[in-house]
Amino acid sequence: MSRFRIEVLVKPRPGLLDPQGKAIHSALSNLGYAAVDEVRVGKAIYLDLIADSVDQATAMADEMCRKLLANPVTEDFTISAEELPGANATAGATP
Amino acid sequence: MKVAILTFPGSNCDQDCYHAMEMAGGAPHYVWHRETDLNGADAVVVPGGFAHGDYLRPGAIARFSPIMESVVSFARGGGLVIGICNGFQILCEAGLLPGALLRNRSLKFQSHVCHLRVETAATPFTTDYEDGGVIRMPLSHADGNYYADADTLQRIEDGGQVIFRYCTETGEVSARANPNGALSNIAGIVNDKGNVLGMMPHPDRAVEAVTGSTDGLPLFTSMVAARVGLGAA
Repeated sequence: MSRFRIEVLVKPRPGLLDPQGKAIHSALSNLGYAAVDEVRVGKAIYLDLIADSVDQATAMADEMCRKLLANPVTEDFTISAEELPGANATAGATP
Repeated sequence: MKVAILTFPGSNCDQDCYHAMEMAGGAPHYVWHRETDLNGADAVVVPGGFAHGDYLRPGAIARFSPIMESVVSFARGGGLVIGICNGFQILCEAGLLPGALLRNRSLKFQSHVCHLRVETAATPFTTDYEDGGVIRMPLSHADGNYYADADTLQRIEDGGQVIFRYCTETGEVSARANPNGALSNIAGIVNDKGNVLGMMPHPDRAVEAVTGSTDGLPLFTSMVAARVGLGAA
C-alpha cells in the first residue's frame, strides 16, 4: 500500500458558456495581452489517498469524479496520480 | 395533505415554505437532512438556501444527504416533489430533473422581483394558474442559469416540461427579461412524468400581500388540491 497524490482537474465542457473565463479574458485583453484567444476557468481538487497501485488510485478517483466531484452535464475531468515518496505503508518497498 | 419540508445545514427558506404550505391548507412538517424517513408525507418541498454551503457545486453535496434516498424513491413512485432555488439545484444534482444550473451570466448575485409566464396549467403544481398567465415573485440566486445539452433541451421543450419562463411585465419572453442567461428563459421545469418541479424564483416568498405579491400561493394550493384529487380517485 502506498500513498498517492491525486490531482483532479474539472473543466467546463466544450461549448458551455463560461462567464468567469470571459471576464478574465477581457481583463487580460485590457492589460494588452492581445494574443489570448480564449480563457476557460475550471478547478483543481487534490486528494491524498492510500492504494495498492497508481492504477487503483486512479480508478478510485475516477469513481469519485463520476459520483461527486464533477457534474457530467456541465463538466469534464482529468485525473493524474503520483506516488508520494516515503509514505509507503508496506515495509521496504520505498525508502 | 402532509408535506415534508426538508432542512439542510444552510437551508434558509424552510420556514417560508412551511408558512406557504400552511397558508395553502397543507399540513407541513420539517424533516432534517440526516433523517431517512419522510414521516408519511404526501408531498416534499426542497427549500432554498445554501445547503452544505454550496461547496463544490450548489446541491452537489446535499444530494447525498441521507434523506435524499427517500426523496428519490418517493419521486420515482410518483410522489409530488418541488425544489425551489437551491432545491432546484439539488434536484438536478440528484438526477430527478434534467440539466444543471450554472453561474449567472452576469456573474452577479441577482436579487429582485421577476415576472414569469405560466406555460401550462396542466401540472399538479399549476392548476390554480391560467395557461399563459403572467405572475410576479422574487428571485434570489447566483447560480440560476439553466443549462441542458441541445438534445435534452429539445426533449423537454417537445415534452411540454418547461413550466415557467422569465418574461416582461406584459408576458413577452425576451433577452431583456432573462435575469441569469438561462436557456430559452427557463425558470422552472418538470420531469417527464410531471410530478417533480424545480424552479429558481421564490413562490414561497410571494404568498402574502405584505411582501408585495401573492402570486406564489396558487402553486401551493394547486399541490394541495392535486393531492386531494389523488386521494379521492
